Amino acid sequence: MRRVRPAVSLSALLLSALSQNAHAQVVRVGVTVPTTGPAAVLGIGARNAIALFPKNIGGMPVEFMVVDDATDTTNSVKNAKMFLDQKVDLIVGSSTSPQSLAIVEAIGGSETPMIALGASARIVAPMDDKRRWVFKTAANDSLMASAIIKHMVDNRIKTVGFIGFADAYGESWLTEIKVLAAKSNIRLVSIERFNPKDASVTAQVLRVIASRPDAILVAGSGTPATMPHKALKDRGYTGKIYQTHGAATADFLRVGGKSINGGLLPVGPNLVWEQLPDGYPTKANNARFVPAYEAKYGAGSRSNFAAQAYDVLPILEHALPIAAKAGKPGTREFRAALRDAIEGIRNLATNTGVINMTHSDHSGLDERARLIVRIQDGKWVLDTVSAKR
Amino acid sequence: MDISIFSVLAQDGITTGAIYVLVAMALVMVFSITRIIFLPQGEFVAFGALTLVALQSGMVPGTVWVLIVLAVLATLLDAGAALRAGRRHTLPRIVMVGLLPALAIAALASWAAPQRFPVLVQAVISLLIVAPMGPMIYRIAYQRLASAKILILLIVSVGVHFVLTGLGLLIFGPEGSRTEPYLDSNFVWGDVQVSAQSMLVLATCAVLILLLALFFSRTLYGKALVATAMNRNGARLMGISTLFAGKLSLFFAALIGALSGILIVPSTAMYYDSGFLIGLKGFVGAILGGLVSYGLAAVGALAVGLIEVFSSFWASEYKEMIVFTAIIPILLWRSLASGAREGEE
Repeated sequence: MRRVRPAVSLSALLLSALSQNAHAQVVRVGVTVPTTGPAAVLGIGARNAIALFPKNIGGMPVEFMVVDDATDTTNSVKNAKMFLDQKVDLIVGSSTSPQSLAIVEAIGGSETPMIALGASARIVAPMDDKRRWVFKTAANDSLMASAIIKHMVDNRIKTVGFIGFADAYGESWLTEIKVLAAKSNIRLVSIERFNPKDASVTAQVLRVIASRPDAILVAGSGTPATMPHKALKDRGYTGKIYQTHGAATADFLRVGGKSINGGLLPVGPNLVWEQLPDGYPTKANNARFVPAYEAKYGAGSRSNFAAQAYDVLPILEHALPIAAKAGKPGTREFRAALRDAIEGIRNLATNTGVINMTHSDHSGLDERARLIVRIQDGKWVLDTVSAKR
Repeated sequence: MDISIFSVLAQDGITTGAIYVLVAMALVMVFSITRIIFLPQGEFVAFGALTLVALQSGMVPGTVWVLIVLAVLATLLDAGAALRAGRRHTLPRIVMVGLLPALAIAALASWAAPQRFPVLVQAVISLLIVAPMGPMIYRIAYQRLASAKILILLIVSVGVHFVLTGLGLLIFGPEGSRTEPYLDSNFVWGDVQVSAQSMLVLATCAVLILLLALFFSRTLYGKALVATAMNRNGARLMGISTLFAGKLSLFFAALIGALSGILIVPSTAMYYDSGFLIGLKGFVGAILGGLVSYGLAAVGALAVGLIEVFSSFWASEYKEMIVFTAIIPILLWRSLASGAREGEE
C-alpha cells in the first residue's frame, strides 16, 4: 500500500504542473486524507464525497488534488507542505484531530486557508495567528456531549455511569461530560475504561451496574463500542444507554445487531435526513448530497465523515465568488480574500448544520448540527430534534 | 463485591483464561518440538474466527485464497528441492499431495458457503481451511532454518506475524465482526448464574486437552513428537523425521488457534489483528512454565485470564499494564529458580 503513495503524489504534482500552464484561472485545492491505515474509513468517506464535487464551483473551475496520508501525522504534514510549494489556494484535511492539529502547527504563517476535517475544538480554538487561517466542518465534541446531557435532563436522569475507550477519544468525552453533567446536576457515579480490542468488558460493566446509574454513556468509536452495550444488556441493565457520535457507522449497526436496540446517540442530520421535518435547515443540502453519494457508493454508505468533507462544497460556493473579486487564483490576495470570505459566512446551511463563522469561532456550528437518534433493528430512528430554529 | 459479582467475574475470567490456556498449550508444544517462539499463533485465532463469520454470512472466506497461495508456494519449494536433488520422478506425487487437499478444501468451502449449514458444520469447515496453513507456513518460512538459533527463529516468527496480519487486513478489512452465541441459555445454581456459552468453551477446552494428552501418550506419532521435544538429535537417530514433527506441531498449533477463535467470536467482536493480543497473553501464561511445561503454562494462562478480569473490575484504566506487568515476577521467579544459565538451548 505504501508504494502507491509516491506514485499518487507524483501524478498529483504532474497534474498540477500541467494545469498551471493550461489555465491559470483554476482554483486549486490540496486534500490530504487517510485512505489507508487505521482511520481509512474516515478518509475514504472524505475522498468519495470530494469525488462528487462539480468541476465548476461558484462559477470558477476548481481542481482537487487528493493525496493519501496513511493516517500518519508526518505524512499529513509532508503532504500539506507539498501543497504549499505548489501554491494551492486551499488545503483540506486531514480526517483525524491529531493529524489536523499537526498540519495547523506545521503550516502556520504560510497564509493559506485550511479547512480541517478533524473534530477536536482545539483545531480552531483558542484563536491565534495560526488558527486565523484554519476552519473546520465537523462539530465540536462539546456540541455532541451537550445534546446527550440535554436528552438526559429531559428524561429526568439524575445519575450516569461512564464506560469509555482508554484513549484520547474516551478521555476527551469524559472531560466534556464531567463539566456538562455537573452544570445540569447530573451525578457521574462510576467511570470505567476499556480497550477497543478487549476480549471481555464484563468486569467494567458489572462495576458500572453496581453503582446503579439511571443511564450509562459508552464513549467509544466504531464497532468496539458495541461491546459494553451488549454486555450491559446481557447483565440485565434496563436503564438508558447512550453512545457517542463516533459509534455512528454502518458496521456498528451490523456488529451490534439486536443487542444495541434502544441505544441513543447524537449524530449529524445527514444520517436520518429523510425523517427530518420539512424546513429543517440542513434538509435541502442532505437531499442533494446523500442520494448522490449512495447512488455512487451503495445504499447505506452515508456517513458523518463523508458529509463533513462534502460541506467544503457549500463553503466554497459561498466564498469563491467573493474571493474572485480580490485577485486571481494562485495569488496571495486571492488566498487572503478566500480566508476573509469563509470567516464572513453567516447562516449558511450545509450538510452538518448551519454555519455562522465569527472572528473567534471558526467552526460556527450550533445545536442544529446534531440530533438524537435511537437504534432500532439496525436502523437510526430520529428521536429528538433540537428546538433552536 | 458480593458473591454474585464475584461469580460472574470468576466465570468470565475462567472462560477468557481457557482461551489463553489453549493458546499457551500450542505455544509450549511448538516451542518444545521446534524451538520456535510462535508469535503468529494469534493470527490463527483471528483467521479461525473471521473465517467462521464469513461462512455464516454466506460468503466464501478470503482465507481460502490464502490457503491456496500457501499450498502453491509450499509445493513449488518442495518441487524445487526435489529437482535439485535430482528426483524428477517424485514431482507428480509432490504436486498431488501438496495441491489436491488444499484445492479440495477450497472447493468444499466454496460449495458450502452459500448453503448456510448449521454452525457446527461451518466450524468444522473453518478448521479445515485454517489448520493446514500451519504445516505450509512451516514449509515456507521455517523448514530450511530448522536448526538455526532460537533468536533467528524468533525473528522469522516476527516476519510471519506481520505477513499474516497484513493478509488479514487485506482479506477481512479493518472492521470487526461477531457471531450470535452458539448456546443461548443460562443455568442457575442458587445465586450463581452460569452461561451455557462459557460451559461450552470450558468443555471444548477440556476435551481438546484430553485428546492431545491421549495423542501424545498413546499414539506412535504423538510419541515421536514427544521424543523430538526431549532430544532432537536422539529422535533423528531413532528414525523420527524432525521435519515431519515440525509440520505436525504447527498443524496442531493452527488447529488449536482456529478453534480458540471460533470459541471466542460469539462473546467479543474479532478484528483482523485481535489475535495478537490474545497470543501475547497466552505467551505470558506459557512463560510461567518456561515454555516447556504444559501444566504450568495452563495454570499461568488461567491466572492471566483471572488477573485480567479482576483488574478490569478494580482498575480498568490500568488493566493491560497489570496483566503484562505480571510477567516480571514470573521471570524473576524463573530465573532465580533455574539459576544462571546461558540463554541459548
